[in-house]
Amino acid sequence: MHLLEGEGVCKNFGGLAAVSEVDFYVDEGEIVGLIGPNGAGKTTLFNLISAALKPKPGKIIYKGRDITPLPAYKICRMGIARTFQTVKIFANVPVLRNVMVGSLFGTGKHMSSSEAQKKAQEALDFVGLASLKDTLAGDLTLAQQKRLELARALASDPELLLLDEIMAGLTPTEVAEAMEAITQIRSRGVTVIMIEHVMQAIMKISDRIIVLDYGKKIAEGTPAEMAANPKVIEVYLGEECDA
Amino acid sequence: MKINNLSTTRWVGLGLLLVVLVVLVLLPTITEGYLPVLVTDILKFVILTVAWVLFAAPTGYMSLATGAFYGLGFYIAAVFNGPVPFPIVIIIAGIAGFVVALLVGALTLRLRAAYFCIFTFALVLLISNVVLEVERLVTQTRGRFVETETVEAAYYAMLIIAVLTLVVAWLIRRSRHGLALQSIGEHEEAAAHSGINVTRTKVLVFAVSSVFMGMAGAIIATRRAYIDPGIAFSMNNTFLPVLMAMFGGMGNLLGPVIGAAIFTYIGELLLTRFPDLYMLIFGVVLILAILFMPNGILGLGQQIWAKLRGGRRAPA
Repeated sequence: MHLLEGEGVCKNFGGLAAVSEVDFYVDEGEIVGLIGPNGAGKTTLFNLISAALKPKPGKIIYKGRDITPLPAYKICRMGIARTFQTVKIFANVPVLRNVMVGSLFGTGKHMSSSEAQKKAQEALDFVGLASLKDTLAGDLTLAQQKRLELARALASDPELLLLDEIMAGLTPTEVAEAMEAITQIRSRGVTVIMIEHVMQAIMKISDRIIVLDYGKKIAEGTPAEMAANPKVIEVYLGEECDA
Repeated sequence: MKINNLSTTRWVGLGLLLVVLVVLVLLPTITEGYLPVLVTDILKFVILTVAWVLFAAPTGYMSLATGAFYGLGFYIAAVFNGPVPFPIVIIIAGIAGFVVALLVGALTLRLRAAYFCIFTFALVLLISNVVLEVERLVTQTRGRFVETETVEAAYYAMLIIAVLTLVVAWLIRRSRHGLALQSIGEHEEAAAHSGINVTRTKVLVFAVSSVFMGMAGAIIATRRAYIDPGIAFSMNNTFLPVLMAMFGGMGNLLGPVIGAAIFTYIGELLLTRFPDLYMLIFGVVLILAILFMPNGILGLGQQIWAKLRGGRRAPA
């Protein structure tokens, strides 16, 4: 049984098919990369998995259970956490309290506030923001805010983590740190699906890559296979032409 | 040193609170006549303002339904007071506020903030008109009589409910629901994806805030003897608490209390001294307040305090 499975997932915005008939699966312990040009439907697919949007038609199955009808907060409590392409932190709330939202409400277990605080503290230690725990989240730099979002997601004890362009806008050093963090997250038993445009990063740490284009899945396989796949090359580099 | 400072301010604050409370408890035994009536009115606005702030400040959802729940309390008092003991009537009014707010909230709190605001505004008019039509067609009366209570009874009831409102508002702010409300106000989507049951939290806190509005209405009604929909569902009770909250500042609970107290007093003063110019002066005062005190009177106070201390310590 796959950890997460999508069956014929579709989503239309008016006449535009943002995601059309995508079948996919993710196995436990994998790092799956989701790539494709702008507007390919990657973030929409994340929104469908995390129930920000509902597929129509289509089904999302998590641990053998159809989670399509569930609301977003229940999806989170079942163990699917996410970050956002444009950061969505609670700007006027201190860093630690931001992360505590994840540990207080997102784990699906009842948490005392001291337990929740401990968990939040651990997550902050992991992303390296422990020293800024009393700062207002809005005062952090963009790179720090991205780490804060990651900490908030981790504090909800996820089994599956959806990372939406967590490396966008980061310096090469920060990208290397983020890659290291993601590998560590996986080694703790968390499965990861990540959307990324930083190619060298995603090619290096993904076990498997899914390529979307115009809402359709056009290829799937190991990073090496994808790098050699003519369809993928066409999408990324343009059609080959005989001169 | 710093910690010491903080705890001294806390003790001074606590002591002041206690003194104010003792004075309020003893007030009707010291004086009679106008003062207890004025303070009852102030306490009523403290309740409405704090209850409104409890929901609106963290979430950013501006409810204009305060008058609806308050007016509901009026009619509960008209129907039940007399045959049913006064304290029970107040409780019934609270329950009625809660239930109606639960229904309204479940229907409307899925709306975005602006639409929610408009809907709640319409709700006051809707309930007011329904009551008017029921009176016209079914009971064939215009207004109703309410079994009155003494000034003291109304005063003490209002004081107890005001303290209760403040305690509940304080507890909610400090609790995990306070954090949930604030997260919802900052980023509703992120709150939902972090495991917060957004709709339930909003509806529940909205309903809790309406309990106190209903109760305040029931108490005031017993001092009116005669009520009709125009009195019960007056727009003043919707808009004044919003203005009082802005005037006092919404950063903490003291702001709305101070705002309500000063505003009610100024209103009373203007109404008695300059009955013709009342609205005009009131309007000017309000505009000046919003222009020059964007964080309310409390924010201004904190600013001045910080300046006096020469910026040695950043304002809290």
